[in-house]
Amino acid sequence: MDVKHVANLAHIAITEEEAALYGPQLAGIVEYVEQLNTLDTTAVEPMLGGLTAEGESTRTIRADEPRSSFTVEEAVGQAPDPVAGHFRVPKVL
Amino acid sequence: MSIVNEIERVLDNAERVNGDLNSFLSIERNTALARAAEVDASSGEMPLKGFAVGIKDNICVKGMQATCGSRILANYKAHYDATAVERLKAAGAVVVGKTNMDEFAMGSSNESSAFGSVKNPWDKERVPGGSSGGSAAAVASGVVRAALGSETGGSVRQPASFCGIAGLKPTYGRISRYGLVAFASSLDNIGIFGQNARDVADVLGVIAGRDPMDSTSADVEVPDYAAELTGDINGMRIGIVRDLIGEGLDADVRDSIEKAIDNLKKLGAVPVDITLPYAKYGIAVYYIIATAEASSNLARFDGVRYGFRAEEAAGLREMYMKTREEGFGAEVKRRILLGTYVLSSGYYDAYYAKAQKVRAMIKQDYVEAFKSCDAILTATSPTTAFKIGERLDDPLAMYLSDIFTVSANLAGVPAVSVPSGLSSDGLPIGLQLVGNFWGEAEILRIASAYETAFPLVGKPTVFVG
Repeated sequence: MDVKHVANLAHIAITEEEAALYGPQLAGIVEYVEQLNTLDTTAVEPMLGGLTAEGESTRTIRADEPRSSFTVEEAVGQAPDPVAGHFRVPKVL
Repeated sequence: MSIVNEIERVLDNAERVNGDLNSFLSIERNTALARAAEVDASSGEMPLKGFAVGIKDNICVKGMQATCGSRILANYKAHYDATAVERLKAAGAVVVGKTNMDEFAMGSSNESSAFGSVKNPWDKERVPGGSSGGSAAAVASGVVRAALGSETGGSVRQPASFCGIAGLKPTYGRISRYGLVAFASSLDNIGIFGQNARDVADVLGVIAGRDPMDSTSADVEVPDYAAELTGDINGMRIGIVRDLIGEGLDADVRDSIEKAIDNLKKLGAVPVDITLPYAKYGIAVYYIIATAEASSNLARFDGVRYGFRAEEAAGLREMYMKTREEGFGAEVKRRILLGTYVLSSGYYDAYYAKAQKVRAMIKQDYVEAFKSCDAILTATSPTTAFKIGERLDDPLAMYLSDIFTVSANLAGVPAVSVPSGLSSDGLPIGLQLVGNFWGEAEILRIASAYETAFPLVGKPTVFVG
C-alpha cells in the first residue's frame, strides 16, 4: 500500500515518520483480511448495509410535512470562521 | 430523600472517583440539579424518575459537549437531544455527565481518547475495555445506575465484561441512532450499561422503538422487558459453539464459561451444540466494512462547519489536510486510511464487495443456528482486562479482543454480556448471550436469571455504591 497516496485521497497530511509507522501496520491488517479470499462467494448475495430481511418492517417514508429545524445561528454558530450566516473558508484557488 | 439530594450525591461521587478513573469527560452539575428539581416538582408517573445516567460523549445531549473523545470536536456542544436521550429525560432520568471513550469509538481499551485513558475500577493499572470504557467504569464504580454507550463491534459488551457489569447491544434498528455521531452506520447501535440486567431492561423499555428521525429504526413492537424478567428459563435451549471454547481463550475464561454452562443447566436451561462456521471471519469482514464506512462518515470533519480548524493553511485543500492531521489521533487515522484504501479504485471488489458477501454468510450462520436454540452462549472476550499500554503497538492484537462480539454487529442480532465470575487474579469475566432478531427479552431473561442465582462475588477497588 502506498500510504502517502492513500492519505492524500483521505485528505490527511502525514509525516514521513507516520507513513513509516502506519505502512507496516496497515500491511499486516490487509494481509489478515485477505483470508476472505479463501472463501467461495460466487453464489452469495451481498448483505447491503444494516438493511436486513428483518428491516422490511422498517418504514422509511414519513409524512412530507414542514417542521421546525435548526436556526441559522445554531447551524453556523460553532463554525471555526462564520460570517453573516455563512461558512468562510480559505481561498480555493 | 428528594431527587435533588440524590442527584447531588451522585455528582459528588462522580467528582470523587473521576480523579482515579477519568470516566467522565464532563460532570454537568448545574444542568443535572436543575433537571432533578423539575423531576422532583413533577407529579406525573415516570418509569425512570430520578434515575441518574451517564451518556457516552458521542451521543448528543442538548447544551452539553459532544467531543467523541477527539481533539477535532474538543470545543463542540450539541444543540439537540439524541432520541434515546430525549426519551430518557421524558421518563424522568437525569443526565449527570458525558463519559470518556476511545476517539470516535475506535478502540477496545479507551486508550485512544484524546482526553486520557480510563482506568478499570477493579484494577487501576488495567484498561476498562472500549470503546465505551467511561460509561462502563461509571456504572461499575457505582456512580450511576445506568449509562448509554455505543456499539460498532463490541464496544458495550467488551467493557461490560472487563468491568463486571451488564451491557446490551440491541438488534440493529431497535434503538434510534438519531443523535449518535456516526462511525460505521450499518453496524452502529446505541447500547446500555446497567448494574444488572434489570436496570438494562428498564432503560431499554424506555428508549426502544421506531423513530421517524432514523429511517433504519424498526417499526417492531416493544415488549414490556421488565415483565419478561420472570426468572424462569426452564427448557430454554442455549446454543454452545464448541469451536469457540478452545484455543485463544484464557484458561480462567474457559473454566468460567464451562461453569456457566453447568450453572444454566441447574436453572433448567438445555445446552445444545451448534456451529457458526463463518464467525471466525468476523474480524476480517469487520475491519473492511467498519473502516470503509468510517472513512466516508468522518469526511465531514474538515474544519469548515464545526470543530477544530488548523491555523495558517495556504488554501482550502491544505486546510483540510492540516485540520485532519492535527485533529485526529493515530487510531482514527489508521482506520480512515484503511477504509480509504479498501474503497479506492481497483480494490473495491476485492475487499468491500467480498466483505459484504461474507457478511451475508455470517448472518446466515445465525439464522440457521436459531432454528435449534433460543440463545447462543460464548465468552464476551477471550481475556480479562489487559494492562494499560500492553497492546498499543499491535493494532491487530487489539482488534482480536473483539473476536466474539463483532459477528453480532455484522448479523444485526442482539447480545448481552453479564458477569460469569472472577479470574484467579480477581478480575471480572463476562458471559455473552446472543439472541435472535428482536429477541432482547429472551437474552435479558436468561442474563437476569443467571446473575440472580450466581451473583458476582467481590467488588471493584474503586466503588462508591
